[in-house]
Amino acid sequence: FYRTRTRTRTQIKPDSVNSVISASAAHLLRLHQRFQFLDKDSRGSLRSEDLEAALSENPIGVRIVGAFFQQETVDFPSFVRILAHFRPTEKNRTRDGVQPDPAVGRKCPSSVAFQLYDQDRDGKISRTELLQVLREMLGLQVTEEQLQSIAERAIQEADLDRDDAICFDEFRKSLEKVNIDHKLSVRFLE
Amino acid sequence: MAEQWRSALLLCLLMAASSLASTGTTAPASTGNDTEHGTGTINTLPIVTWKWHHVEVPYLVALWVMVCWLCKLVIEANHKITNYIPESALLICFGFILGGIVWGADKVQTFKLTPTVFFFYLLPPIMLDTGYSMPNKLFFTNLGAILIHAVIGTVWNAATLGLSLWGCHQGGAMGNIEIGLLQYLLYGSLMAAVDPVAVIAVFEQVHVNEVLFILVFGESLLNDGVTVVLFNVFDAFVSLGGGAIDAKEIIKGIVSFFVVAFGGSLLGFVFGLLMSLLSRCTKNVQIIEPGFIFVLGYLSYLTAEMLSLSSILSVVFCGICCQKYMNSNMNENSIQTVRYAMKVFANGSETMIFVFLGISAIDKAIWVWNTGFILLTLLFILIYRFIGVFILTWMLNRYRLVPISFVDQIIMGYGGLRGAVAYGLAVNLNESKIKEKNLMVCTTLLVVYFTVILQGVTMKPLVQWLKVKRAEIAEITLIEKVQNKVFDHMLIAIEDISGQIGDNYMRNKNFEEKWMSRLLLKPSARKQQDHLYNVFHQLNLQDAMEYVKEGERRGSLEFIRNESAFVDFKKKLGEDYEEAMPDIMADMANDQGGPSNDPVSTCRRDVLPTVSLEMHEQNMRGLREAEGINAHHLLDQHLYKGRKQHRYRYSRSHLDINQDENEVQEIFQRTMRSRLESFKSGKMGVAPPKTITKHTKREPQTKRLCTFSSCPLKTPLCFSDFEFSEGDSASGYDTSFPTRVTYRAGAGIENPVNPVAPSERAQVRTPGYLHRLSSLRTNARSGETAQDRDLPTPPPHRDDDHL
Repeated sequence: FYRTRTRTRTQIKPDSVNSVISASAAHLLRLHQRFQFLDKDSRGSLRSEDLEAALSENPIGVRIVGAFFQQETVDFPSFVRILAHFRPTEKNRTRDGVQPDPAVGRKCPSSVAFQLYDQDRDGKISRTELLQVLREMLGLQVTEEQLQSIAERAIQEADLDRDDAICFDEFRKSLEKVNIDHKLSVRFLE
Repeated sequence: MAEQWRSALLLCLLMAASSLASTGTTAPASTGNDTEHGTGTINTLPIVTWKWHHVEVPYLVALWVMVCWLCKLVIEANHKITNYIPESALLICFGFILGGIVWGADKVQTFKLTPTVFFFYLLPPIMLDTGYSMPNKLFFTNLGAILIHAVIGTVWNAATLGLSLWGCHQGGAMGNIEIGLLQYLLYGSLMAAVDPVAVIAVFEQVHVNEVLFILVFGESLLNDGVTVVLFNVFDAFVSLGGGAIDAKEIIKGIVSFFVVAFGGSLLGFVFGLLMSLLSRCTKNVQIIEPGFIFVLGYLSYLTAEMLSLSSILSVVFCGICCQKYMNSNMNENSIQTVRYAMKVFANGSETMIFVFLGISAIDKAIWVWNTGFILLTLLFILIYRFIGVFILTWMLNRYRLVPISFVDQIIMGYGGLRGAVAYGLAVNLNESKIKEKNLMVCTTLLVVYFTVILQGVTMKPLVQWLKVKRAEIAEITLIEKVQNKVFDHMLIAIEDISGQIGDNYMRNKNFEEKWMSRLLLKPSARKQQDHLYNVFHQLNLQDAMEYVKEGERRGSLEFIRNESAFVDFKKKLGEDYEEAMPDIMADMANDQGGPSNDPVSTCRRDVLPTVSLEMHEQNMRGLREAEGINAHHLLDQHLYKGRKQHRYRYSRSHLDINQDENEVQEIFQRTMRSRLESFKSGKMGVAPPKTITKHTKREPQTKRLCTFSSCPLKTPLCFSDFEFSEGDSASGYDTSFPTRVTYRAGAGIENPVNPVAPSERAQVRTPGYLHRLSSLRTNARSGETAQDRDLPTPPPHRDDDHL
């Protein structure tokens, strides 16, 4: 189990984490160092503010933190687990569609992406929500009118049942050409 | 039948042209020459003289170019055949025929593809084009794999081929030829390189998935660095002789590889940066702006040649580097010009290369046959290519995020085509040092034919049989683009959180945005940089064009749903003004299909001129925006149907197409005149408005009216500048009129009633207008006359639509 650590030393048991995710001890150690670095107050767990601080330059950093790290505080095993979502898939592990591992609490990446937009969790991406995301990503370079046009058009393209919002199925359908597995791969934990 | 006669005629023309060329070269003496040179004595003033030598060289060049392009014409006339045989193979066959003709005329091959012509004139445009249209992101993502294949793969090919051939020679498989180990290695090095021209030519018709394509193609480009080095090194070794080679020389060889490859690329980058900087300042010379790319690209090629660096690498990286900045800085017309001109040069050169390759075969001097040599070369090339590819991709797959599948590997191996570069290098061999040069040239040619023709023909069936993943020709929706961007940000975020610096960090491009963009982009271009917005804009333009095309196809643009308005148009124009607009009438007549004829004819009889009057009244009643659309659409129709030719003011620096104020004004006058007549016939007693004179005031504004396709991208389609001068004098337009119109593809026509107007900017204008028209229609049918009508409907609809 993960013991609360003292200020200078940490004791982690790789086994507890390893049982869920196979990764080398060196990698885990590096991740743990990173975890400690992010945890500015040395409380042993990360709050969303710590993570957001790490993503200060990212235009949608707050959303990403909100979508991925949904617990109030994130302890180290959860940290590793969440990051492990992004490992390149191998043949025996597919990421999208197949039963998510309940122990790990994995969700398919499209639903996580969906949650990025859908902040109020009503199951639909409304125009205002899309507009907000667009504004965050493009706000400096594109005028407000253009943003609205883009949002309008994006919804027109994806919205099949004409309810002026994009539900999860429509979202997934519009992304069926994008190979999400390949896109969301970061190399680590190997 | 006609097709075949046409092809036969062209062939005869070709033969005539080429025999003319050959007789031209071999007919030195003629009386005309004496008089022309002036050395002979003339007795009387010659009226006309035959000055062949005067123009010989440029004439022949131009004639050959034309002959090659005629070959391509003939091939494309029978386009279906290119589905089975790639064009390059057919061009080579044409080359055989032409070579046969020239040889038949001269008994000796007077025309060959000389290395100078090839390396200095034919190859650079192709390489510049590949660099300029290279998909950068894809290229750099796979750069590791590409480099490994290019460098290690080529060295492997060269070494194994040379050594195996030498081994076979020692074993006696080749009979008595005098080739030593070094020469074998030299030969191996020139045969090793995969040729970019051949790869493009064959893969172009096959459409494999983009990763596979970029791997093969990138390898073919980058291996030039290795090929040049290997060739020069072994050439020098052969000159030095076997004894002078020691460790020092070998180390120098390895060092020279790095210098040549990196030096060439660096030079290319420098030229690319230079070009981008230049494009930042060329705002005032937009007419020759496109030319700079070609000149600077060519200069980078020649500079690299001068410094004995890799010229192909130089010109390719020049193109890669300058793409983005050029496309942002130049104006739209220049971008189009560059794109098209590059394609012209590249395709033209490629055609010529293949035809000349074919011609060069028909040369008895090089027909040296050595069964062992030739067959073994072919065999080894194939085998070692496959082995090399499999080994290297196995190694690479351990490190790649997305592994290369086995099927893709087979295609990569099979796609190792040799081409004109190998031939050029072979012809460059020094005959005195290498006695069997002719054999080598012959074998090279045979290998080239084998790979281009045979492998080219079988590539497509192989791809289909193996079910290789093909390129997806799908349109990117906006949601996908947005989502891709979100994914990119996500990945960067994950890398940030996990403290990892990975691929995405570089792509985060902070450096690029801060420094390079500031330096190389025009300030205006920098502000408008966002990719997502560009995609959006392009999609809008596409929609707009489709909308117009669809409207044209059905006969007219917005009158389609509204017969009375349609009639109005026809009535005005058709009956009274046939002489004024014959072309429009003709088009209209042609476009009317069966079903729509009847309502037109019946309506013609029934509907009173009051309909048109109503419309006019309505239009006059202050629906300025509607006016704008109405007139705009009318003019669009005129512009599309009647005015298909471009008119240029004669000026070297201004090239205006269809923005001519006179033309627009003329069309406007026509419209005005027609409406004027219909007013009169309606006996409204309205004083004929002063139409024509008022237009002179409109000139500066009417020039904004350009068709969608010729409109410069960034300027808005200004409805607000349009004024209808009947009735009142022009008061100011509602300037809040949206400056950009987004057309929902198809939806605009299908939803005439669109009560929901979520955002004023994005609202589709045309449905609103159609909505008004449909209300007109109902009014017209109820038979009211204009006087009786009170027209309450427009303002409420207007409110609806415009906010």
